[in-house]
Amino acid sequence: MRKFKTSSFFIEYAPYMALALLLVICCISSSGFRKPQNLLNITRQVSYSGIIALGMTFVIIGGGIDLSVGSLLALSGTLGIMTMLRIENPMTGLLVAAVVAFAVGFGGGAVNGLLVNLGKVPPFIATLGTMSIFRSLTLQLTNAGTLSTSNAAYGNLGGALLCRIPLPTLTLFVLTALGSVLLYKTRFGRHVCALGSNERVARYAAINTPLVSFWTYALTGLLTGLSGFLLGGRLCSISSTTAGLGYELDAIAAAIIGGTSMSGGRGSLAGTLVGVLILGIISNVLVMWGVSANLQDAVKGIVIVAAVLMQPRKKISN
Amino acid sequence: MPPENSQNLLELVDVHKSYGSVEVLHGVSLALGEGDILGLIGENGAGKSTLMKCLNGMEQVSGGRIIYLGSPFHATTVADAVKGGIITIPQEFNLVKDLKVYENIFLGNELRGCLGLLDVAAMRTRSKELLDELGAAVDVDSLVEDLSVAARQMVEVAKALSYSAKLLIMDEPTTVLNHDEVQVLFGVIRRLKANGTSVIFISHKLREVLEICDKVAVLRDGELVSFSGIEGLDEAELARRMVGRSPSQMFTEKRLPAADAEVALEVSHLSVEGLLKDISFSIRRGEILGFAGLVGSGRTELAETIYGVRRANTGCIRLFGKEVKLDSPRKALDSGIAYLPEDRQGTGILTNFSVASNVTLSSLKRYCQPLISPESEIKAAQGYVEAFHIKTPGTETLLCDLSGGNQQKVAIAKGLDCKPSVFIFDEPTRGIDIKAKSEVYAFINSLLKQGLACMLISSDLEEVIGLCSRIAVMREGALAGELAGDDISEEAIMYLASGVHWHTSH
Repeated sequence: MRKFKTSSFFIEYAPYMALALLLVICCISSSGFRKPQNLLNITRQVSYSGIIALGMTFVIIGGGIDLSVGSLLALSGTLGIMTMLRIENPMTGLLVAAVVAFAVGFGGGAVNGLLVNLGKVPPFIATLGTMSIFRSLTLQLTNAGTLSTSNAAYGNLGGALLCRIPLPTLTLFVLTALGSVLLYKTRFGRHVCALGSNERVARYAAINTPLVSFWTYALTGLLTGLSGFLLGGRLCSISSTTAGLGYELDAIAAAIIGGTSMSGGRGSLAGTLVGVLILGIISNVLVMWGVSANLQDAVKGIVIVAAVLMQPRKKISN
Repeated sequence: MPPENSQNLLELVDVHKSYGSVEVLHGVSLALGEGDILGLIGENGAGKSTLMKCLNGMEQVSGGRIIYLGSPFHATTVADAVKGGIITIPQEFNLVKDLKVYENIFLGNELRGCLGLLDVAAMRTRSKELLDELGAAVDVDSLVEDLSVAARQMVEVAKALSYSAKLLIMDEPTTVLNHDEVQVLFGVIRRLKANGTSVIFISHKLREVLEICDKVAVLRDGELVSFSGIEGLDEAELARRMVGRSPSQMFTEKRLPAADAEVALEVSHLSVEGLLKDISFSIRRGEILGFAGLVGSGRTELAETIYGVRRANTGCIRLFGKEVKLDSPRKALDSGIAYLPEDRQGTGILTNFSVASNVTLSSLKRYCQPLISPESEIKAAQGYVEAFHIKTPGTETLLCDLSGGNQQKVAIAKGLDCKPSVFIFDEPTRGIDIKAKSEVYAFINSLLKQGLACMLISSDLEEVIGLCSRIAVMREGALAGELAGDDISEEAIMYLASGVHWHTSH
């Protein structure tokens, strides 16, 4: 957005240009990649961590970080399915399970928000702690196994297509648009930017900074709950050991690739969406190209580091 | 003074310095011999710090020459300058609070023994020697965090000595020291001089410059207006050279509030544990009350308590006769109290926000319907840009691209946009140039005309005396007294602020 104009046109639009370039290269080099079905699959695959990345963008702009999202996704998805298993009517079960998953996500995010703002625990430490706690609770609840449900309504929802677009994909795109409005057009969004830009200035400008920070974590938790619910619906099951594993890193990486400043104060949700897609396309095309699965994370890592190297940074001298 | 024919340690020949297209130093020439103590004075924005930065390697001159020890001087980093023996003690100390005294003294210059490991014993011994040389009773093993400000200053000086400094630049070294501590520091400076070290002493305190320096250079708006020996000069003459005209011209006729003006702000028996003791005062509509006092006397803390950043333990605040409970800046602003913080970049403005976003930061609610309307924001910001003559390419320009004076105007606009009835100014003209300064004075006067009640906290005595018809003086968290009308004088204020008669204490 124009509020955060950088001196160089190139830097501002770099993520978009990178995505376009990547798409062109991949479409030309691989016939499997350019099939519409494959492209849709990519968007579905990235949507789960992508939805979380939107919340993560708010947290990072506000000067924080949330490492617990992967574990929280597993916990909320698991509790959602556990609820479903206790209710016979499929539709009722589905609705109650959704509410439970959202509530667990929101609650987990709220715990993070309280630890950071009321307990004054540094975000990295607070969410590192809850990351372990949420995962451990999930393992205990399921005896470290995979939880499945035969609720047909859940399966239908998870596989639902609207105009041939998978529901999670659609959710990701709609939420990106809504998030952009929240960030650029509301007081909350402006206050998040002010908070991450300089907490003291924000406080002296009569902004309730702890509350603003709290809501960034709670929002991320809520989106994580939603993501957990959608992920469970994909195969009507959730694995306590692998669900959401590494999602926190994917979400952070997507935000950073999309131009959000790690030190807070500025960022964009459209950029994060681009970051999410870039990561998804790379994973997909590496498979298409037949690159060893062992090397995929190395390529991802290179992209993340390169994105940060290209970001404008504060000059060291004054 | 060294004989005239002795070789100069440092010589500046027609030094120019520009930032972009703006020239801030216009041909400064001066010379400094071994063991000379040069006083460098000038108003904020006169170019003192820029000149200093050209000497300590932080900046390079854009024109002219610096000759140091007989050869051209080309330090491109601070480390270069330090290696050459030019050491700067900045106003904000450059010490790591979590490290011990000796660790700080040798920071970046650690002594190493066998295997390249730190030679702690040698560093401790050497630190002790250096501090003894200064006559400073500082334990080399205590953490810098636990030291008094004066002791920290000694650690800075010891650090400079550990580099065997030939030229020591001290930026406002006495602002945080009390009278006795200043005398100790002067003793140290005289000892350095005796050892042949030269000192550039940057200060606002003319009396101290006259006491300690051999030569004095006066900068005004980037120009060297005078450079001479100290003999025959007095404070009044130095002040005249600094300002270039009699100080009173900056200020217009003082406005007195109407006799029947109602009391806008009334503070009674306000106390904050450890910071403020039983403070009571009142300000009427259209009146400005000055707050003078030394650094750390509790003036900013008082402002922050009224503004709701700090909680009061006892006492009450009334606005237009009605008691208000102000426990957050939001409540203070909503009740009509605006605050311009002293630390502009640290608490006043967001440097990576645009002019418009800064102006509406505290009053954003008015621009939401319910989503933020950028058009109304820009329109409001445009109004302030025109009214305050804010020099900016546009309302979407980021604040980091504006000068200090223009940033300050934006900070004032931010407060005004909340439509306050009481405005607290904390050091409103610190670090801004003369022109912006007089503009700020004009705003304050126009606010008074509109019936606002103002608090003016300032360490610039001339400013408080020039603007206020009533001045409250604070000392150690309490009101030491209030002066009005003809009782106002620099001596009277300093007496109340320090509790000592300045002229008799020398």
